[in-house]
Amino acid sequence: MNIGLRKINFGVISVVMFIISPFIALIALIAKLFKVDIHNLDPLKKRGPYSSYLVSKWLGNSGSAQHNRTFSIFLMPSLATFSLFVIYTFINGVYLSMTNWNGLNTGHELFVGLSNYVSMFNDYGFVYSLYKTILYSLLNIFAINIVAFFLAMLVTQNLKLKNLYRAGFFLPNLIGGLVLGYIWQFIFNRAVTSLGGSFATSLLVSGDTALLGLIIVVTWQYAGYIMMIYIAALQNVPQDLIEASKIDGANAYQRLRTIIMPLVAQAFTVSMFLTLVTSFKQYDTVMSLTNGGPGTLLPQWIASLFGLSALPAVSSNNLIALNIYQEAFSRYQLGVGQAKAIVFFIFLLSVSLLQVYYNKRKEVEL
Amino acid sequence: MKKSWLRKTFTPLLLLEILGFTLMLIFFVPLVLVIINASKDAAEIIRTPLSLPTDWSNLIKNITEIMTRDNIDYLSAFVNSFVITIVSLILIGVLSAMAAWMLVRTKTKYSFVIFMFFLAGMVIPFQVVMLPLVRLLENLRGLTGIPFKDTYHGVILAYIGFGTPLSVFMFHGFIKSIPIDIEEAAIIDGCTKPQVFFKIVLPILKPVFVTMLVLNGMWIWNDYLLPVLVIGLGGDVKTLPLSVASLAGFYDKEWALILTSVLMAALPVLILFLFAQKHIIKGMTSGAIK
Repeated sequence: MNIGLRKINFGVISVVMFIISPFIALIALIAKLFKVDIHNLDPLKKRGPYSSYLVSKWLGNSGSAQHNRTFSIFLMPSLATFSLFVIYTFINGVYLSMTNWNGLNTGHELFVGLSNYVSMFNDYGFVYSLYKTILYSLLNIFAINIVAFFLAMLVTQNLKLKNLYRAGFFLPNLIGGLVLGYIWQFIFNRAVTSLGGSFATSLLVSGDTALLGLIIVVTWQYAGYIMMIYIAALQNVPQDLIEASKIDGANAYQRLRTIIMPLVAQAFTVSMFLTLVTSFKQYDTVMSLTNGGPGTLLPQWIASLFGLSALPAVSSNNLIALNIYQEAFSRYQLGVGQAKAIVFFIFLLSVSLLQVYYNKRKEVEL
Repeated sequence: MKKSWLRKTFTPLLLLEILGFTLMLIFFVPLVLVIINASKDAAEIIRTPLSLPTDWSNLIKNITEIMTRDNIDYLSAFVNSFVITIVSLILIGVLSAMAAWMLVRTKTKYSFVIFMFFLAGMVIPFQVVMLPLVRLLENLRGLTGIPFKDTYHGVILAYIGFGTPLSVFMFHGFIKSIPIDIEEAAIIDGCTKPQVFFKIVLPILKPVFVTMLVLNGMWIWNDYLLPVLVIGLGGDVKTLPLSVASLAGFYDKEWALILTSVLMAALPVLILFLFAQKHIIKGMTSGAIK
């Protein structure tokens, strides 16, 4: 028989054995209760090439067979669940994004090629949502990182209660985004408006300011967390460099600009990456704060892209993660929703790679 | 004379101290508002949302209300959240530590490929797989006859799938730094591989294990999107975020009860934070930096 073909077959057999070994182990365990060792196979017995491979590599009592079995038993539980729930669903998702799946025809949906992708970009609501997500992410990255860096600078000074402040600033981050959204909905709509005067209308009522409300909530939640990353970086800045710059007559701003900032650039890379990814994926706070609303008019420039003369109404805080969810579960366009999710994934991946690449160039090694 | 006294007392450091303290108080305002408004009745909360409650006993009244009304049922939501979080955490921890250890200690191209496979899973956001996930759970029911949606095991399996990559990655990095000599000595003394792992390696992994518990624990406890898809707002094994969301959706603007349930949902984590503050902060940030 062809040796090359046999090698391929051995490869296939070992993958199969890798997958089913945990089940064999279960049988072996039960057999052991009845004092039977199913792996007790005579290694010297004359066998064909395949069965001798199976015995020596998987089923027998040899060291290599035992190792292969433990390898499989240790890896399979997590690998199998992970493959099923993440990898399989992802690949399935790529296929489903090219079907007319609408929730009712599950199992009978038809392949429609790329038409979901085309129709998605013909939908001004989606383009608006993409634009709002990018705008939100940019503003959010700035707000969170500036506040977090400022807080980190503050609590790395020689303050008496600095540990208390750190814990205090970190605290909002422990509460889930959904719960926070409701808390702030109350604050914006009830507590602040009860002050009257120029506070009488809530930020969340108008489409122009609702995004600002969301940024306030998320900054409050996330700044303390990012602060911790900056604290770790600031504490690694060597004190002698600071001392040397003081002797050379640098003022506080110059020290910050030319010594501290370059040395904590790595923390900026990490923090901006984290804030970028969380802003893009933000779902629960957006949902609970305004559920995508309030309604507003489509901006003129997007309307002119689509050649619309009258400005249609859109939801001002309908960020992309929420838009995907609503497309799937309110409009029952699961295929289109999935296509949006794939675009979202590709977009997020490229933007974050670009951001990390760009930031990395500014880092300084000590 | 007066000026020098001022300068001596209000040093820049003291000013910073005051600034820090004020900022912290501002950070606490939303939480304080939750507590004082959870102690008011429906009428008072509309009238004076910013003042202190006239009668603190309303807090007890509100708590008993959310505990006893069947469509809120805080207690069972708490139990569900607790069971799902704890079981998922233990399984994610042990299973991914097992996998990571095997991957580090077996130096073949297969283990490298499998590790890369896990890493690839880390870049996939949940939104991309959420619709196929719901479909998969329905299909699994068709294949096996066992329901997966709205059950403990369905949610827990999903959490294991999504929690594994990051945990494997974290354990992998740590195990690489453990010298192999200890394990070899144990093998010579007659330990089998599983014994080496459970008796020697797992105890050494304690610090990363704590990091992993904190990171995944905060995520699972507070998560909303996965439970709302897998369990649903009207499900049998509703978690705390789901029960808060269904209360806020159903009793529109019944703020006293919503804020009480918000307070009760946040309370377990806040209490835990008081006792394990160091571990929680370290766990959440060191996991991110890696």
